Amino acid sequence: MSLKSFPKPSELTVPAGAEGWEKIYPYYLVFQDKLKEQEDAKFWFCDSQHWPTVFKPFETIGGEFAVKCLGQYNARHLMIPNANGIEFRIHLGYLYMSPIPVPEDQIAARVPLFEQRVGHYFQNWEQLLKDWHVKVKGTIEEMETISFPKLPDMVPMEDITSGKGKDGSEKLLESYDRLIQLAYQNWQYHFEFLNLGYIAYLDFFNFCKQVFPNVPDQSIATMVQGVNMELFRPDDELKGLAKLAVELGLQAHFGNTDDVDATLGAVASAPGGDRWIAQYEGAKDPWFNFTVGNGFYGHDKYWNEHQEIPLGYIADYIRRVDEGQEIMRPVEALIAERDRIIEEYRDLLEGDNQAIFDAKRGLAATAYPYVENHNFYIEHWTMGVFWRKIRELSRMMQAEGFWTEPDDLLYLGRNEVRDALFDLVTGWGVGAKPIGPDYWPEEIERRRGIVDALKTARPAPALNTPPEIITEPFTRMLWGITTEQVQQWLGAGEEVEGGGLRGMAASPGVVEGLARVVTDADQLSEIQQGEILVATVTAPSWGPIFGKIKATVTDIGGMMSHAAIVCREYGLPAVTGTGSASTTIKTGQRLRVDGTKGTVQILDAEEDLVVTGPGAHSHSHV
Amino acid sequence: MQSNEYIQFFDGGVTPTLENLGGKGASLVTMTSAGMPVPPGFVVTTAQFDTFMHEAGITAKINQLLADLDPEDMKQVDKISAAIREDICSRPVPQAMRELTVGAYESLMARFDAPVPVAVRSSATAEDLPDASFAGQQDTYLWLDGVKAVTEHIRQCWASLFTSRAIIYRLKNNIPNEGLSMAVVVQKMVNSRVSGVAITMDPTNGDRSKITIDSSYGVGEMVVSGQVTPDNIVLDKVTLAVVNEHLGDKHAELVPDTGAKRLVEREVDAERRGRRSLTDAELTAVAQMAKRAEKHYKCPQDIEWALDADLPDGENLLLLQSRPETVHSSKPAPQTAPQPVVSGGFFSGFSATVPKQAV
Repeated sequence: MSLKSFPKPSELTVPAGAEGWEKIYPYYLVFQDKLKEQEDAKFWFCDSQHWPTVFKPFETIGGEFAVKCLGQYNARHLMIPNANGIEFRIHLGYLYMSPIPVPEDQIAARVPLFEQRVGHYFQNWEQLLKDWHVKVKGTIEEMETISFPKLPDMVPMEDITSGKGKDGSEKLLESYDRLIQLAYQNWQYHFEFLNLGYIAYLDFFNFCKQVFPNVPDQSIATMVQGVNMELFRPDDELKGLAKLAVELGLQAHFGNTDDVDATLGAVASAPGGDRWIAQYEGAKDPWFNFTVGNGFYGHDKYWNEHQEIPLGYIADYIRRVDEGQEIMRPVEALIAERDRIIEEYRDLLEGDNQAIFDAKRGLAATAYPYVENHNFYIEHWTMGVFWRKIRELSRMMQAEGFWTEPDDLLYLGRNEVRDALFDLVTGWGVGAKPIGPDYWPEEIERRRGIVDALKTARPAPALNTPPEIITEPFTRMLWGITTEQVQQWLGAGEEVEGGGLRGMAASPGVVEGLARVVTDADQLSEIQQGEILVATVTAPSWGPIFGKIKATVTDIGGMMSHAAIVCREYGLPAVTGTGSASTTIKTGQRLRVDGTKGTVQILDAEEDLVVTGPGAHSHSHV
Repeated sequence: MQSNEYIQFFDGGVTPTLENLGGKGASLVTMTSAGMPVPPGFVVTTAQFDTFMHEAGITAKINQLLADLDPEDMKQVDKISAAIREDICSRPVPQAMRELTVGAYESLMARFDAPVPVAVRSSATAEDLPDASFAGQQDTYLWLDGVKAVTEHIRQCWASLFTSRAIIYRLKNNIPNEGLSMAVVVQKMVNSRVSGVAITMDPTNGDRSKITIDSSYGVGEMVVSGQVTPDNIVLDKVTLAVVNEHLGDKHAELVPDTGAKRLVEREVDAERRGRRSLTDAELTAVAQMAKRAEKHYKCPQDIEWALDADLPDGENLLLLQSRPETVHSSKPAPQTAPQPVVSGGFFSGFSATVPKQAV
């Protein structure tokens, strides 16, 4: 079957005002004229799951470190027989990825290496994971010690007396370099276990598909998923605080949580308030190192720096507790249902297959929780500290006149920041004015215009001609990029007209309700009880929202995307990877979301031409 | 109305015994309590037959008539059989018994908006009659309306203990006449709105993790005999998620013409043909019932089911028949253990470019 193609990179329109955008990113991140033929021959899909908005130049660091380190574990550490890493480019501000296969003739030779390496990790899982926590927390602790104070007017006398012989600028440069290195370090650690989690999961997945032909992906995911995961801890802490506030009769003090100091002050001076404050302080470290974004953007807000966010959630939970609602996740019911599903599938097997099932499921269930839990340690905690330090640096340089807005550093690439720092210390060192204050403000304004112009266009879901079949295991599972999905995107133009969308059946159940389209974390407060969340992508930290909504629909994401996992955890239907839900659906439209079939119907669309129920198609999820 | 010694409702919650209810009656009660709802009804127990015979005082006479009978003398057997059956049908049923039966019938009718036709069937205890299927076919009276027709046919079922064939069978097999008894089943006639079959596996490959359902409008005969193309739905047996579905044409349906007491065939309009004959909730209910049947009988089942138009949603799914699936379940399940990859390794999905799919 011949598929249609996605546009070539050169065929996409550059939004007005974004001309020259290529130069705001490093050369190696953009498509090259000299490589056009090779690059156009590859299929690139947009990862708007992790990078839904346009990169400011500094923010490419997250994409670069993450995708590079993901790849190194496939290609260099674990020697995965059939998959190397993922090449990536930025095009018109968005990140596109292309998985790199292993040449057929090299696959067999990698198998024994792969088994030896992976085997070591699985045999020593517990100890190695324990070590991982030590390494990661050590990195964060060191990161916390870094600071970017203003350079002094003169070298302190004690440096003279001690004969130090250095002016302290080296410390500023080292601190910056060290901060970047520490971020890079934890991004390497991030993937030390992540790929293994996916490997164990996929191994069990493939076994299930063999013994239970066409078994729904959802069933397999449910069988290995942890229930009490660390990623849910921040939200659970807020729920606990809400319950305690009700128990202590402190509800009245949560009327205006936007005023953090007044709220905490009022609570502290109320009877029983000290107990609540103690629990609150205990929860903050580390669980408020939690972002409403996904850790990849400089503008992401973190709870510990914006306590009005968690306090607002607590206020909302208090209201719901007072209304008699159950705010805790149905953990016991979820565990019972998971155990039933495991037991029933197991009972269908005979002989040796039961033992194989147990072994593979056991391994996947051991390794898989990491896939979600790491998120707290890296995307939230590590990156929370990282961005805080970067903002500190940006403000210091703003004070030195390098730019006008506090966070303008984000409009420089990370290596340009190194240059600007040397410019600063040179000017300071020689007693002259640095060049930056006369160079950067204008350049930053120009770049701001480009970034704003790029933001006016959504990314293409993919570029160039897709392969006949998509086999790369991580692409299929993590991004939900399957042959069927790609075909759907290509046909999406026709399907959307009738008011129906199709995506991945990510979490079961059918509901109807009103849509709330959210494209930015700042819109989260607009969500009303009982609405259906429609988003380009969701972040794990949107937990408190999931207690409010009826279902979730996303543009991108597979069975193991955050939205899918969180929805299964909350027992909500979810359809992920629809390609265009957030642009097709309007807030207020009535939707019918079928998370068992993977369909979304717009019930009050002008013409309801697409029948998403039975009979619209005859399909087989192979 | 409650179940009692003489009347036992299928859903009366009383533990069935073969002795009281006969084979068919006991099976209907067992299925109902195991969550496999059969068309609703009740059993007129063997105790009622025994009381009737006792009050009528004809047992001794019957035993005498049968005592010296030569099973080869067909003429004489026919004559005696006719006399006994005539005797049974002409005797009055004791008033108390009759009132219980009438009450049970009225109580059954009260479950519906309007009176519905019933079937009356004999339910023999094991050794009394040549074989269950013979008995069942022989003494089934369909489309009965009103209490008079029902009580008359109950007595005909009682009398069927003494058909020539039953008499000869007992003589040839030395089964004594003492203790002979008969229960009778009174059961609502199914008024199929939608019906079909469900198999607790995928019959195309023997995959036991699936449930396959064929479904079409009206009475199931057209599905079973292949006169219509039904909807075909494959569900995951554990989660009941739809794995695959194909809409059949379902161009015609057989529906009961209660006035004429027969089934009539009619066209199905385009709108009903174009959609699945089962709603999501109905589909789930059918699958759950099939699962329960498999669990109850401890092997893959092939069931016939119907949605009854006279019963309210949620209570209208009926199990008409459940039998072991024989085509695949006699063979070992075609489950393939993943073949060790290259060097006997564990991770099957990473050594081939295309993930292996069994079957």
